[in-house]
Amino acid sequence: MIVELGHFALVLALGVAIYLTLVPLYGAATGNVRLMELAVPAAIVKFFLIAFSFAALTVAYINSDFSVLNVWQNSHSAKPFIYKITGTWANHEGSMLLWVLVLASFTLAIALFSGNLPQSLKARVLGVQGSISTAFLVYLVTVSSPFVRIPEGRVPLEGQGMNPLLQDPALAMHPPMLYAGYVGFSVAFAFAIAALMEGKVDSAWARWVRPWTLAAWTFLTAGIALGSWWAYYELGWGGWWFWDPVENASFMPWLAGTALLHSAIVVEKRNSLKTWTVLLAIIAFSFSLIGTFLVRSGVLSSVHAFAVDPERGVFILGILAFFIGGALFLYAARAHTLKLEGGFEPVSREGALVLNNVLLSAALAAVFIGTLFPLAYEAVTGGEKITVGAPYFNLTFGTLIIPLLVILPFGPLLAWKRGNLKGTFRKLRTAAALAAFSALVTALLFGGSIMAALGVALGVWLVAGALEEWAHRVMLFKAPFKVVRNRIFSMPGHMWAMTLAHAGVGFIVLGAIISTAWKSEEIRALKPGDRVPIAGYEVVFKGEREVPGPNYLALQGMFEIFKDGRKVTDAISEKRTFLGRRNMPTTEVALVYSWKGDLYIAIGDQSALGGRTVRMYFEPFIYLLWIGALLMVFGGITGLLDRRFRVGVAERTESRLAAQPAE
Amino acid sequence: MQGLRGKQGKGQAMLHLVRNGLLSCLLAVALLLPSGAAPLSMMTAAQAVEPDEVLDDPALEARARELSKNLRCLVCQNESIDESNAPLARDLRILLRERLKAGDTDEQAIQFLVDRYGEYVLLKPRFSGHTLLLWLGPFAVLIIGLLGAFIYLRRRVGTAATSASAEAPLSDDERQRLQELLDGK
Repeated sequence: MIVELGHFALVLALGVAIYLTLVPLYGAATGNVRLMELAVPAAIVKFFLIAFSFAALTVAYINSDFSVLNVWQNSHSAKPFIYKITGTWANHEGSMLLWVLVLASFTLAIALFSGNLPQSLKARVLGVQGSISTAFLVYLVTVSSPFVRIPEGRVPLEGQGMNPLLQDPALAMHPPMLYAGYVGFSVAFAFAIAALMEGKVDSAWARWVRPWTLAAWTFLTAGIALGSWWAYYELGWGGWWFWDPVENASFMPWLAGTALLHSAIVVEKRNSLKTWTVLLAIIAFSFSLIGTFLVRSGVLSSVHAFAVDPERGVFILGILAFFIGGALFLYAARAHTLKLEGGFEPVSREGALVLNNVLLSAALAAVFIGTLFPLAYEAVTGGEKITVGAPYFNLTFGTLIIPLLVILPFGPLLAWKRGNLKGTFRKLRTAAALAAFSALVTALLFGGSIMAALGVALGVWLVAGALEEWAHRVMLFKAPFKVVRNRIFSMPGHMWAMTLAHAGVGFIVLGAIISTAWKSEEIRALKPGDRVPIAGYEVVFKGEREVPGPNYLALQGMFEIFKDGRKVTDAISEKRTFLGRRNMPTTEVALVYSWKGDLYIAIGDQSALGGRTVRMYFEPFIYLLWIGALLMVFGGITGLLDRRFRVGVAERTESRLAAQPAE
Repeated sequence: MQGLRGKQGKGQAMLHLVRNGLLSCLLAVALLLPSGAAPLSMMTAAQAVEPDEVLDDPALEARARELSKNLRCLVCQNESIDESNAPLARDLRILLRERLKAGDTDEQAIQFLVDRYGEYVLLKPRFSGHTLLLWLGPFAVLIIGLLGAFIYLRRRVGTAATSASAEAPLSDDERQRLQELLDGK
């Protein structure tokens, strides 16, 4: 019964979404305030209908109601409770329902938290949100319903099981985070479309767009990081980024969103780069849609693509074409109305941000072309195939992103409008010295290639550059302690956000370079009692045993880890075979952490040489990657907590100040 | 005669590969059919080089590993033969090592595989007429972007002096709103 109610609520939500699209937009076009005001209740009702629908599906999963086709295909009664809940979105239909739910949440948030928005702008933003919602709800209701029942009498007793790889805490949280990121960019998109309709973009517009963009960016960063972390500890060969098409699908909106975050600053502070920022807002969400299309249509036969269904693919492609095409058409027709911009010199903060945008766009182009080239090539040549893999991306993306990373620390130190390159460089001399020193030390003491040493220098440059900029800002060592303390405590959240995120980029560079360049590896066929030395450790294979889990059978390889003749710890690496039809084994690697890095042990199959294949890696300083990602996410959160971004607060404070007579 | 036998040997190796490849394909299809989610799971199965394949000469092995990273496991989804444990990937790894042991240079060993499997086997496509867009596209975007920025700045610098005061005038609505805010409503 609840399943039917959920289905019914979804269909009702579609009706409300259509209403939300038409009524406020018509009201805004005709200047009818009463019609515009109807957007808010519609957004609220739509959210509750979709939330109810999602809850209904979740209940079906929790109860293991195998009369629902979707539940039968993707669940199993013996699954741990937590994976019964996350199972709701670990499949195509459920994840699209989650997509729509996240979209409805953002629409609700705009409706509730932007009381200060001009009426017509708000109505238009909500209307555009409603139209996106409408498209995806039609998709869900017609070709991708999660509520299809299996006819009575044929209901199976047991489900087919959830994809074992998704039964993992990080990967369970990965899709909601990613979707919150993808869908979050729809807000910037809606603001861009609304601005084009209104023919007006100004500082206030940018101030409204920035927190939404930052929220989306933060979610997306967290989602990508979770996926990467999961790949590292789950896939069993120590890699964390593969340039897989589906990874690229999430990385492209991230790059566009990063560019948007930066260009929106120029619009807010300098009332410049307006048309470009509007275009970027359209591009960022377009890549979210492209990402959804690539992942959900199965067009790229990638490791993640679990919807091999052309009907659905064509449908999403239609949605994609409508929104991207429509938005770009509107842009072409209306962008000229936005011109009227403040000027600046090439060497200035604006200039640096423009260069940031150019390089990010080129890097984005490399990922985009590389991801879609094999498809286009096959289509053009009539079936001839070509491969574009990691080596291509490392070369092109690397070439384009390195200059950006090199100039990154300069940006925040340059003055608006007209900067001074020499003076700025002088402000970064400590960071430059540290970077040069670290390159020298790395090359002399730790060997490795020149490139690796330069990579370390780049990472140090970024981290030290961010810190040095912060030191200048709070006048560390230059002003009395009290002044410094006051400056630290009064530093606004968005400044902390920048420092944290920029330093985070540096940590990611360090983690990536060091763990790749100084990784050690031992691949052995081990029999019980065998000892393998690796990176200062000694790994002793104790033997193997079978242990049943809640819904799987685990083959455990048991190890003892020694260092300098003393036992450090025991370690267990597992291969799990799950119940249900999807009985492909998954790996649970053993990780031994230390400040120097991770010792990584994964057991494999029986070796042709006799014994068990065991792969052991030492990944030096790999944790810097996760620290870097955490800093970026934390930076995003800090920025969101900035009171300036809480719409309304800034205006109120400023007006109060203005109203007080000067003393 | 010698050459002929050599060719025959290669032919047989080839046959072996094709057979294994077909088997892997069938296996992949069999796994794919019942469950849409199979491709994801295939990723776990991927666990790279087996101990028995490793060459005794560490320098030669290191070369083999480096080359393997640039070669596609033909039956896998976007994986190099270094990462995959599909039977075909294993055969390719062994074949590659045999070529290196026989004294091939890196280029010769790669060419040997390209001759048999086409450029599809390369994870990094060669620069040629077909791949112009792939290789030059991103850099074209960079140049267009830089040019665009340059032209934009040239135009802006001229207006820099005057534009500070060139804010859009407030509309009546906005003036009214501003008044409301100032009145503390």
